[in-house]
Amino acid sequence: MHKEFLMGNAAAARGAIAAGLNLIAGYPGTPSTEALETAAKCNDGSLYVEWSVNEKAALELAAGAAYCGARTMVTMKQVGLNVASDPLMSLAYIGVKGGMVIYVADDPGPISSQTEQDTRTFAAYSKLPCFDPSSVQEAYDMIGDAFELSERLHTPVIFRPTTRVCHGYASVNVKDTNEYKITKPEGFVRDPSKWVIFPRLSYNAHINIEARNAALSDELSEYAGNFIIPETDKTCRKGVISHGISFTYVKEAVAGKQAPRLMKISTPFPFPEKAALRFLDGLDEVLCIEELDPVIERELTYICGKHHLNVKILGKLTHNVKNAGENTCASVIANISEFMKWEVPAKAETEPAPALPVRPPVLCAGCPHRASFYGVKPAMKAIKSVFCGDIGCYTLGNAMPLDMVDTCLCMGAGVNITQGIGKIEPDTRCFAFVGDSTFFASAITGAVNAVYNQADMTLVILDNSTTAMTGHQPHPGTGRTMMGQVVDKVNIEAVLHGIGVKTVATANPLDLNNAIETVKNVSAEKGVKAIIFKSPCAVIIKPEKPAVIDADKCTNCKRCIKSLGCPGIVIKDGKVAIESSLCTGCGLCSQVCAFNAINVNK
Amino acid sequence: MQTNIMICGVGGQGIVLTSKLIAATAVANDVPVMSAETIGMAQKGGSVFSFLRLGEGIESPMFPEGSADILIAFEPAEAVRMFPYLKKGGVVIVNTHAVMPVTASLGGSDYNGAEMLGYLERNAEKVVTVDGDKAIADLGSPKVLNMVMLGAAMRSGILPFTPDEIEETMKATVKPQFVEMNSKALRYAG
Repeated sequence: MHKEFLMGNAAAARGAIAAGLNLIAGYPGTPSTEALETAAKCNDGSLYVEWSVNEKAALELAAGAAYCGARTMVTMKQVGLNVASDPLMSLAYIGVKGGMVIYVADDPGPISSQTEQDTRTFAAYSKLPCFDPSSVQEAYDMIGDAFELSERLHTPVIFRPTTRVCHGYASVNVKDTNEYKITKPEGFVRDPSKWVIFPRLSYNAHINIEARNAALSDELSEYAGNFIIPETDKTCRKGVISHGISFTYVKEAVAGKQAPRLMKISTPFPFPEKAALRFLDGLDEVLCIEELDPVIERELTYICGKHHLNVKILGKLTHNVKNAGENTCASVIANISEFMKWEVPAKAETEPAPALPVRPPVLCAGCPHRASFYGVKPAMKAIKSVFCGDIGCYTLGNAMPLDMVDTCLCMGAGVNITQGIGKIEPDTRCFAFVGDSTFFASAITGAVNAVYNQADMTLVILDNSTTAMTGHQPHPGTGRTMMGQVVDKVNIEAVLHGIGVKTVATANPLDLNNAIETVKNVSAEKGVKAIIFKSPCAVIIKPEKPAVIDADKCTNCKRCIKSLGCPGIVIKDGKVAIESSLCTGCGLCSQVCAFNAINVNK
Repeated sequence: MQTNIMICGVGGQGIVLTSKLIAATAVANDVPVMSAETIGMAQKGGSVFSFLRLGEGIESPMFPEGSADILIAFEPAEAVRMFPYLKKGGVVIVNTHAVMPVTASLGGSDYNGAEMLGYLERNAEKVVTVDGDKAIADLGSPKVLNMVMLGAAMRSGILPFTPDEIEETMKATVKPQFVEMNSKALRYAG
């Protein structure tokens, strides 16, 4: 045992490795990404690590390995579980042989996600046991418990931290390598009555699952992660119950005070009912401090009804805690102070802060996506058109002045949303923008659908040869794997040709005139046609020399700024200037300038 | 004894690395440490902040407003943005170099840090300004700005470490050829 300073995601991966992990797969997504990356970094060669094409593929891969008795882990963000939900729901019935942990990072806020869905609710829906750690240390320790439980009960187990645990750092106790468990998988043992899902098997499995979960609720009532901290004020008949990072806010909020009884829930499903009854015993009122869904609040309300307990359960459903967004130290202090009727010190009068510059997320200086969007924009000037976006850095193409993303829903959705708009508005030029990683993850089937069903649209693949948004993970178009192998790339152009797209034009978006001409020509054709805008992510290439503004030619018209919104072009002392620390010398602005006032030396 | 530190600025200024260096020093000196920072979408050209907490009995990596002993701000407007986290009597270390947001370029407005620094001077009990531009010019590299800021923070006496202790962790985490330059920046006092 020794101490290390680890991120929550890293701690979970390290805990899994210490628990004898054999295989880890996933699809990148904030806030989950660093778990798999840590495993890859710590791989001594005994571990199989894969960034899969999407979460469904990752989960199925891990299931296959777990059928063989291997300990496996799948990592994803909460919306990734939607993609993997088909195999997940069935796997819950089939079960596993080796321990299998499904690591799903939730994102209250949401800080970088489309939804505020709660994986604890998904756990209850899929009837799978779920762990909910509160700290980096717990992420390390509890993942071992999750593997033990999974293997003993032959069921996948969900492990769901939230952003503040995933991305929190702490000095934690970690095992030395000689303390690691070693798993030697037995291999696949043929047994169709076990591994082949049929209605009869599912019926029997359902009976077993319900019985198992009832027994597990009792067992988890004795689990050390579900605990009660007695009240320091013995006359107090109030209690506060919480989970995850919020529990740490609760502990800090009551520190040094006459505190109510506290309880922490680390296994939201199956809910530890007997432990909750011990907590409720003798209380008049309970405040539930939760993020995302009111899972604990509903359970307690149910338990009180079932056992005829006269305890008032307060929380999101009673509007005592806000029902959207993440909790903070301050919001929890406010919730508990109101509940406990503690006096809140009046805020000191302060001078209002001056108006602060807004720093919204923008496409980086030199980002080829800016050029791609700008290639389409003038080409479609005065033509009725619609631009459907997708998930990735390029969603930022919606910002002014580009303003080139009209829709964005979920991974890969843009292709068929475009198809749908085209069916209702046949006089509109319809464009779907999709990144290379997203294309592989979930847009290929959409493209097949569009081609076969005679859609009229332009598919624009923004191919920057990486998964940029989440930190440059490899995908099938990159030619390298997480095991360090150099492999044949899956060629996007060949894929498109293969599914029947007749026109596939590949262009460098940074060659602006050619890009505009390509868009004009290709989009005028009928049917599904594609443009691959190919240029590497500006963050992963060595930048060229920064652009230089010729002061004699520059009229300060600011067309470059107003057209492109590139962070590399700024105003200094009232004049347009290049921010040389950011400029990558991509040369797009030099092609936009009407006075040839911007020079790049390539 | 607990110390709450808020480090903030704009993506790319080395904020996260600074936080990591202090944390690694804490681990090396058996001081419990927790931190939390902005990661992901919020990072691209955006405001970056790092909560850093040292000492026994800390539960959460974040702390509420009015709790930071020290605010280390790499940019004046970001200092004002995170100023509510500073506790009464806390110290502000602020770089005077303003970083222009893209939105300011688009709006045609000329943002400079003077208004922000004025606000800090009027509202904080102790403000230490660091001329980051001069430091970078004197030291010959924009990459050492974070060590200059950390050095100024060290001299406030609020961080429970000595520059020697920071230097020890630097040797373990920074590439050997950069140690000397970073050490010099750490001890740079204008």
